[in-house]
Amino acid sequence: MGRTLAEKVWDDHVVRHAEGEPDLLYIDLHLLHEVTSPQAFDGLRSNGRVVRRTDLTIATEDHNTPTLDIDKPIADPVSRTQLETLRKNCAEFGVRLHPLGDVEQGVVHVVGPQLGLTQPGTTVVCGDSHTSTHGAFGALAFGIGTSQVEHVLATQTLPLARPKTMAITVGGALPADVTAKDLILAIIAKIGTGGGQGYVIEYRGPAIENLSMEARMTVCNMSIEAGARAGMIAPDQTTFDYLAGRDHAPAGEDWDAAVAYWKTLRTDDDAVFDHEVYIDGTSLAPFVTWGTNPAQGAPLSASVPDPASYDDPSDRLAAEKALEYMGLHAGQPLREVKVDTVFVGSCTNGRIEDLRAAASIVEGRRVAEGVRMLVVPGSVRVALQAVAEGLDKVFTESGAEWRHAGCSMCLGMNPDQLAPGERSASTSNRNFEGRQGKGGRTHLVSPQVAAATAVLGHLASPADLTDADARTAVEA
Amino acid sequence: MEAFTTHTGRAVPLRRGNVDTDQIIPAHWLKKVTRNGFEDGLFEAWRKDETFVLNLPERAGATVLVAGPDFGTGSSREHAVWALQNYGFKAVVSSRFADIFRGNSLKNGLLTVVLPQETVERLWKLTEADPTAEVTVDLVAREVRAEGITAAFELDDNARWRLLEGLDDISLTLANEGDITTYEAGRPAHKPSTVQL
Ligand code: SF4
Repeated sequence: MGRTLAEKVWDDHVVRHAEGEPDLLYIDLHLLHEVTSPQAFDGLRSNGRVVRRTDLTIATEDHNTPTLDIDKPIADPVSRTQLETLRKNCAEFGVRLHPLGDVEQGVVHVVGPQLGLTQPGTTVVCGDSHTSTHGAFGALAFGIGTSQVEHVLATQTLPLARPKTMAITVGGALPADVTAKDLILAIIAKIGTGGGQGYVIEYRGPAIENLSMEARMTVCNMSIEAGARAGMIAPDQTTFDYLAGRDHAPAGEDWDAAVAYWKTLRTDDDAVFDHEVYIDGTSLAPFVTWGTNPAQGAPLSASVPDPASYDDPSDRLAAEKALEYMGLHAGQPLREVKVDTVFVGSCTNGRIEDLRAAASIVEGRRVAEGVRMLVVPGSVRVALQAVAEGLDKVFTESGAEWRHAGCSMCLGMNPDQLAPGERSASTSNRNFEGRQGKGGRTHLVSPQVAAATAVLGHLASPADLTDADARTAVEA
Repeated sequence: MEAFTTHTGRAVPLRRGNVDTDQIIPAHWLKKVTRNGFEDGLFEAWRKDETFVLNLPERAGATVLVAGPDFGTGSSREHAVWALQNYGFKAVVSSRFADIFRGNSLKNGLLTVVLPQETVERLWKLTEADPTAEVTVDLVAREVRAEGITAAFELDDNARWRLLEGLDDISLTLANEGDITTYEAGRPAHKPSTVQL
């Protein structure tokens, strides 16, 4: 019988297989950041262990780093200690680190792909659930806990139970105003936050094949929000073109050997998935969340749902609690929801294409009175590219704030936070209670919807903008 | 890791589904570089409300958390497990756990027990009606017992054995180090390397 893409990559990494035991899986790339690694390094130290493969390990600083005044000492002493701990650990154990201020610094899931380290058919782990991002390359990539970080540092392997496989096929072509973010939000709303549990999801079908690498990363990034272990997309010419010439992509004979191998990484025609879902791409529309988990979303043109309309009592209760927290009421049109803050950034939508998309919408327009718009590039390289294209000016001229690279308001571990009761439209991936700051209310959106929302001051898509908005900008 | 065999204690009925790790331990607690001291961060936002179940005097000292479905979704932070343990919880019961959270909990000796939602409901009713009611989580017999309730749960033999013995995964893996070295010898040359160019 044929095998799925996930099964092929899995099989190629089994170091040891024994009946009744989890497989011991080899890890090709281990990404580290400051938040989930200190206790793992402590564990190595107290057991007298070393990092087995420093040449397969790389670290960056992202979660705690400020996005303003990065040349000054970090104000929060606890954040500073955490970054200093990473620097100390990397120096002691010989791990390559890109600290704040370095040209390769940025959100760990933006840095790996842009260096060309994330490659098809590799296993990639990081103490961060959005490691699923790297699956866009046909890598088997998943988030791990700190005990597992320690395990990988010490052994370059992980004991893991074989996951089940799920196919999500997106047929047809996406309408012109529908982005990868709308697609993945719609998928999560359909299958639920637990729908992917125990599975590796393979996204396939014409609508997926037509996505750019960056858009594919947006889709795979949010696999974890459906509870999936990982998300994957089979590598193709788009993938190879993206990788060719990157710093750590193979070259010469290695490139040819790699491409030959990568081309085998497709689900066989006779392979059987444990579960299959079909989505009609042509039926999708710009999508936003109204609740406090990423599955609580609806098309922008819809209204806030009535909790009473849910059959399942726990869904009903969850919707009631969410509306209370979000300060919304059933039947309220989503387009009328006013926001205070717009955040463009994160490992979901902080890459150059995302910034270009947002910039093209605010260009020649003004961010609405009373709205603060933060644009935080996913990495220093993304920032440099954006500056080279003049995007930073487009943002600042429209009244948005152009910041330094990092996770920033995606989780508010640094000073970029929502105040209690404040409402954001955010291109990040989690709308959990308090995620962006205590009492903050988050609506997950695409960069395009974020930008249009910033201009109009309420949830909106670019189609809602008129020439008049641009004219006001000129007069102002 | 501390071994887990059987545990009996009072319970906290947490009637909420989809309790994500941001609720279990908010991000600002993640700046700590230790594995302890997270107890005050556990469910921090909800604990501001004095009627929150964990704040009720009769729940003090409870050690078994009985939660709604999809417990531990969201971020991979192991701090969520440490916070529950630092607070004094030994076991969590739910009809469904997020994968990463479950893996993290079992690696730290916090037993996560999957029971059908109707059993969870019965445990809620029992422990809400009688806060002194004791719940036994017996890993040897793979059974949860409370007054009028006996429910078998599943946990694969390998995970159970490691918990019962309190075994450290890294030592177990390193016992097969030869397999790792053999595998490494056969890795293709085109695989990525992080060595700075
Ligand atoms: S950008 Fe957000 S989701 Fe991505 S790694 Fe940073 S905190 Fe996590």
